[in-house]
Amino acid sequence: MSKERIQISPDLFDIMPAEYQDLVRRATYGKEDRGWKDIGMAKELIEEHSLCAGCPESMAFRYILASLPNPEDTVMVGSTGCTSLVFPHVAVHNIHSLFGNQNAVASGLKRALSLRFPGKIKDVVVLAGDGATVDIGLDMTLQAWFRQEKFTTICFDNELYANTGGQESGMMRKGFVAKMAPAGKMFEKVRLPEIARESGCHYVVNCTVSKPNLVEKVIKNAVYVAREIGPTYVQLYTPCILEIGKNSMEGLQEMRDAERPTERFAYKEYISDQAKELLAEIAAKEKEKKAAAKKQLAGKEA
Amino acid sequence: MATSSVIGKKNKMGQTYTDPWYMMHEAPRTPSFFTGSEVIKEAIRRASCDVMIAYPITPQSEAAALIGELFVEGYVGDYFRGESEFAVMSECAGAAFGGARVFTTTAGPGTMRAMENFPMWAGARLPIQMIVTCRGINSPLSIQPDTLEISYLLNTGMLVWHAETAQDFFDWILIGYLVAEEPDVHLPLALCCDGFFVTHTKDVVQLTPADMCLPPYDPYRSPVPCMDMECPPVRMMRDPFVMKSNYISYATHASWQQEVWAAVERSRKHTIRWLDGLIEVDNGDADILIVSSGTAVSQGREAKALLEEEGIDVGIVKIKTLRPWPGEEIREATKHAKHIIVPEFNIIGWLAREIRATIPNSDRVFAGPHVGGGMTMPPEIIAADIKALLGIKTAALAGRGS
Ligand SMILES: Cc1ncc(C[n+]2csc(CCOP(=O)(O)OP(=O)(O)O)c2C)c(N)n1
Ligand code: SF4
Ligand SMILES: [Mg+2]
Repeated sequence: MSKERIQISPDLFDIMPAEYQDLVRRATYGKEDRGWKDIGMAKELIEEHSLCAGCPESMAFRYILASLPNPEDTVMVGSTGCTSLVFPHVAVHNIHSLFGNQNAVASGLKRALSLRFPGKIKDVVVLAGDGATVDIGLDMTLQAWFRQEKFTTICFDNELYANTGGQESGMMRKGFVAKMAPAGKMFEKVRLPEIARESGCHYVVNCTVSKPNLVEKVIKNAVYVAREIGPTYVQLYTPCILEIGKNSMEGLQEMRDAERPTERFAYKEYISDQAKELLAEIAAKEKEKKAAAKKQLAGKEA
Repeated sequence: MATSSVIGKKNKMGQTYTDPWYMMHEAPRTPSFFTGSEVIKEAIRRASCDVMIAYPITPQSEAAALIGELFVEGYVGDYFRGESEFAVMSECAGAAFGGARVFTTTAGPGTMRAMENFPMWAGARLPIQMIVTCRGINSPLSIQPDTLEISYLLNTGMLVWHAETAQDFFDWILIGYLVAEEPDVHLPLALCCDGFFVTHTKDVVQLTPADMCLPPYDPYRSPVPCMDMECPPVRMMRDPFVMKSNYISYATHASWQQEVWAAVERSRKHTIRWLDGLIEVDNGDADILIVSSGTAVSQGREAKALLEEEGIDVGIVKIKTLRPWPGEEIREATKHAKHIIVPEFNIIGWLAREIRATIPNSDRVFAGPHVGGGMTMPPEIIAADIKALLGIKTAALAGRGS
């Protein structure tokens, strides 16, 4: 899809909702170097959200949507949970079907799009909570990776079932007292990033969303690698401030605390050799482009 | 759009996209002696199917594997074994959301495992076709034919058809896509048959020419947008309805469900045209009617012949579609019947309940005979029940108690 495709018939322009007019005029579909810096400068692909005030999931959503390299040809797949309250506000096609089946849906979707649009880029990006990814959907998460399905899986890890009121999840820390873990969680946080690596993911990152430039880089890499090589996995700490007793202003600090070197969300990445090659190629091309642009600019000034 | 423009063109396998009415009704047919599983393969060969997703479970495993051969040959766009029936049905959903014509097959415990997907398919208006080769779902484990699982599908919003023979199967797989993909229908179809009896027996089936195939699915005739970013992504709603406890939210959900069932109703006219009616009546003036679906109809025909020899006049009503439910047709067909016998391959008798809820003077309905656990239904037991209803004494049949 290109930006042309979201044009509004001139006769109907004035009766369209203001935010849609805005989307047509000022969104970044098709913009080559789109990224987090467009936030505040251009129309975002997310309108409002109905998350709790200050919920870091909302930051994560905004950074990710600003960073998708190809939103005009990206379809997202979600799952039930707090994220499913946001997707209806998102201006890329997205699918919610059931709780936990997101990687199965994405497998079928990606195959259908590859079949229908040979030679054309159609990115598929899954975005789901930790309960969806690790507990109820683990089988489908892993099997999509085993099968080397070419899409990106993003997990919003808030270490609990937020949408149903803060129950224990496999991603919760050991000992944390929660609903359905009345004496504290009895087993360790599931190590999905490592499992992802062993299951065949070519690019795996575990981090928080405290730094938008980092999120941008990670998301772009994850999408590029999935497009060309195979499955990728990004696990982002998006603390549920409501359930861990923080107020709206404390989400960012909570993430910063959790990403200290000894903590659960210290930056970790795994990149397969194949993916390293691809990313190096992309970086080299980008460098070339920048150098050329610089040269051109210098030429003009001279 | 694509549907009309591609007629007469060839696909990559050299098959000609053919006007479906011509292909199904006028094109020459070749008699072939095939198992039900092979018939499924032959239908899919001609169905211009994009994606098939498989999982082994008796008695559909053979058919599902045969479609794999079609994929290797190039007749099916993509094919793989999913990890479970729940996942398979979600994978089917994903492919259909992405605009593919999708096919899958399952049975018994597989149907039950996947159940959460079916109302989702209907609500998402995905015209996926799923073959259900019915088998027992009880514990202890059984692989034998039993139609209980169909009853669980009846209220999912899917179209549910029940084939009697391999010929039904061949024709209805192809017709199924035509009806399910109509823009005013656009619903999933569960095309059921009784496992083993249809899948594993050989029968003469009249096949359409192998060099003709259905026109491809056109996802842009869907009443809901195809998820491929080829049309503008509108923000679907200001407030996601799931979390709202207000009238607008309730009304939205209610009207969405109403629309699914209205689409089931709208499928009626297409189905009547393509299947030549939702029911088929043979000797409808008889006082005694055997009304059933699936293989039970075949056994009813045998019972009819047995009773004729004894001078007892019996008619047959074959129910082809369970959703849409042919209520009016059944009321009309049974108007003058004194006894309505409903033999079923399950011990619950769900079909008899449906019929009782449809017709006046429902005490005319005799729910039975029922067999379960894989038993066959000898026509003699249907005849015996009919004679008992008429007050005619018969010798006790072995194994049926006194
Ligand atoms: C089959 C099924 N089981 C349970 C639920 C209830 N449910 C809805 S959201 C949710 C928890 C979601 O947790 P997570 O995936 O971590 O997302 P979060 O809300 O924390 O972002 C549960 C259990 C459901 N919708 N469907
Ligand atoms: S419940 Fe938790 S995760 Fe969900 S929106 Fe509120 S703060 Fe965010
Ligand atoms: Mg969670």
